[in-house]
Amino acid sequence: MTEVLVLVGIALAAASGFFGLLFRRDSSAGQTLCTSIAVAGALSGLAGVAWFFATGTSRPINVPWSLVEGAAFHVGLDGLSAFFLVPIFLISLLGNVYGLGYWKQSEHPTTGRKLRLFYGLLTAGMALLVVARNSILFLFGWEIMALAAYFLVVTEEEKPAVREAGWIYLVATHAATLCLLGVFGLLRGASGSFTLVALSSGSVSPGVATAIFVLALVGFGLKAGIMPLHVWLPGAHAMAPSHVSAMMSGVLIKMGIYGLVRVTSLLPDPPVAWGGTVLALGVISGVLGVAFAVGQHDLKRLLAYHSIENIGIIVMGLGLALLGRSLGRVDWVVLGLAGSLLHIWNHALFKALLFLSAGSVIHAAGTREIDHLGGLARKMPWTALAFLAGAVAICGLPPLNGFVSELLIYLGLFRTLGFGKEPSLAGAAFAVPALALIGALAVACFVKVFGAVFLGTARSQHADHAHESPRSMLVPMAVLAGCCLAIGLAPQIAAPVLAKGISAWAPNVPSVAQQLSSLAPLNWISIMGVLLIAGLAAGGALLSMRLRRSVVEKGPTWGCGYVAPTPRMQYTSSSFAQMLVLLFGWALRPRTHRPKNLPLFPRQGDFHSEVPDPALDEGLLPAFRFSARLLSWFRVFQQGNLQAYLLYIFIALVALLLWR
Amino acid sequence: MVQVLDPLLIIALALNLVALGVSRIRGVINAVALQGILLGVFPLFMHDEIGARGIALVLVTIALKGFVIPWFLVRAMREADIRHEVTPVIGFVSSVLLGAVGTGLAMAFSSTLPLAGAHADLLLVPASLSTVWTGLLMLITRRKAITQVVGYLVLENGIFLFGLLLLQAMPALVELGVLLDLFTGVFVMGIIIYHINRQFDSISTEHLTELKE
Repeated sequence: MTEVLVLVGIALAAASGFFGLLFRRDSSAGQTLCTSIAVAGALSGLAGVAWFFATGTSRPINVPWSLVEGAAFHVGLDGLSAFFLVPIFLISLLGNVYGLGYWKQSEHPTTGRKLRLFYGLLTAGMALLVVARNSILFLFGWEIMALAAYFLVVTEEEKPAVREAGWIYLVATHAATLCLLGVFGLLRGASGSFTLVALSSGSVSPGVATAIFVLALVGFGLKAGIMPLHVWLPGAHAMAPSHVSAMMSGVLIKMGIYGLVRVTSLLPDPPVAWGGTVLALGVISGVLGVAFAVGQHDLKRLLAYHSIENIGIIVMGLGLALLGRSLGRVDWVVLGLAGSLLHIWNHALFKALLFLSAGSVIHAAGTREIDHLGGLARKMPWTALAFLAGAVAICGLPPLNGFVSELLIYLGLFRTLGFGKEPSLAGAAFAVPALALIGALAVACFVKVFGAVFLGTARSQHADHAHESPRSMLVPMAVLAGCCLAIGLAPQIAAPVLAKGISAWAPNVPSVAQQLSSLAPLNWISIMGVLLIAGLAAGGALLSMRLRRSVVEKGPTWGCGYVAPTPRMQYTSSSFAQMLVLLFGWALRPRTHRPKNLPLFPRQGDFHSEVPDPALDEGLLPAFRFSARLLSWFRVFQQGNLQAYLLYIFIALVALLLWR
Repeated sequence: MVQVLDPLLIIALALNLVALGVSRIRGVINAVALQGILLGVFPLFMHDEIGARGIALVLVTIALKGFVIPWFLVRAMREADIRHEVTPVIGFVSSVLLGAVGTGLAMAFSSTLPLAGAHADLLLVPASLSTVWTGLLMLITRRKAITQVVGYLVLENGIFLFGLLLLQAMPALVELGVLLDLFTGVFVMGIIIYHINRQFDSISTEHLTELKE
């Protein structure tokens, strides 16, 4: 039943976009039909997952498939698959509904049908790879996902910047697939079949296991956007339409995490170095991701760097769980993986929420430049509220969901200090200050964004003429915000699901659910959250009562008492972030262009600052240019000269003749 | 039989060197035509029972290689107004030297081949290999399209020589097929030469580099 419902969901999602192709470009009936089918598919998928969580039964479907020797259409659900299916179908559902208002067929007649087609295929590909129990089927779903995402990124292909971002993504995703071919090839060599089953201890040599792990880390890390493999991520997220960004950031990059979680669950006896590497990579991604985010001026690019940061947090939890498995510390496994998994859900929820509200801003104001926006809270109160909810959640502040998952990882990391006789790894505790730093920088970053975009006064005509978005866009945002609040206030509802996921990853951990409830103070989180909301409400009521009684004078924000303040006097995103950007200047390498040799009476001048991505601009691109120069030596052989080509044939013939 | 064949083969080898060393295209064509006639006669000496089919093959071969194709080439030269000098990439002396070295290597190489006893003493295999070598050498070192055609002719002569070993085993149909291929090849090349000439006012294949990328 479970599998059937999920497969129906996958099939409907895949088919949804094709119906739109049957309709005329300018008719809106197609988009309604597409969206209804996609919503039905997502609901069917979610029902399947709910059935699995309720009954815990799974009857894998295994149909032989003559594509390749050993391939099979083998699907089944376990705790991990079901866990990852939830964000896939949920975000797909909400994104489809959001698209009705955001990417109306009547406003985008040339791209609308294409966008819906690949949106459905992306959903189907991801759901397929998550339920696949056969590595060929997994790769099948993986490639559908990767290519559909490419076409979604280049939706507005007439813009050169979009095409460039698409190319970089395509190169990165192919590199990832290449690594995965290696992973599954080696796994097949070790297990003897393409079925994804856990290898028994001793069935694989440590060298091969490490090779599988490293390839998986690079391949899945490329997709997940772990620093320094994130090069494709900021561009692709910024250039795609916003509900696509929500899908990519919320769900697609999690497929990399899913792969990493799945492969590490198959490999026996992980050495300490694996967990240590993963934890260190998580710290690097988290800290540098948020540092880069602070320096951005493009709203969606900024959110994209926050995805890298959150992937860092997720990977830290996974690293801790791996360390726990190496050293036999059950509490590290439970807390680390619970935090990691819950953060996957949470990030899917709040990052989708942030991208959708950013899309709402872009839809209304027509620009992604933070420094062209301002004062939108008055014009778009609901969007502002939704963005605020997402911002609070992503900063890991109570009472929203980000706090819960980060707390679980904190608790797990503190346990590495080692009290008593159990094995400990005090080095891992250095991740705790890193996590705290990440949280603090995230707060700074979102204060900057919210202040610059929604508060103050409008900096440009665009922002001045903004208007609130239609209900089809606001409702998905409200649902996401509601989910964030629900998990934040009642994390107990997620606990059994988490327990199922953890037992699927580490089957030999006994009674996970009890361990989790004893290790994590989930009830206290609820109580504190409710108290916090009550306190805030009381404070707010008090303040509004006082304001009503006293005389309030209204003036422009950041007016600073000047006689004739203008919007240009406000803090800009770069001036707000300047100190932090300079603090991380060693990694961010910010570039500023300022007028030189100012005369006594200043002329008109301009100032411009940016934080480009050094991994791409100073790492990969020079490397590619170098290899292109190196390989250009081979162009000598392409003469276009008939005689030269005949000579090659001749040489080959003589060589063959003289061989042996 | 060997007494008759070996001198003929040596003449054919000498004609290879002539084709490499002559500076006028007419001379090259003549040398190759003569080689073609010589090759056409070979089957008569190879086997005792030749039959009507064999005779027909001999006649067709001699007609095509000795007269039709050379006439075709000479006509193409006249029609396309081709200048009479061969324009080699490397000098004539080095061409001849390379051809000689190739012939020597062919001798050395064929002595290592596991040949049937009846053929081991013949010069047929080294002659065939060295003719193939000459053909390839002409293809690689001659610029004009027409000399390339001649190169293919020589190449085919080499293959024909090797085929003589198998005359009993190889059906005449196959040999006719090869001849047809050659004829078509020359025909196509003739058309190409005409078009290269029209396009570039020259028939040097070097101008084809303009078409790369």
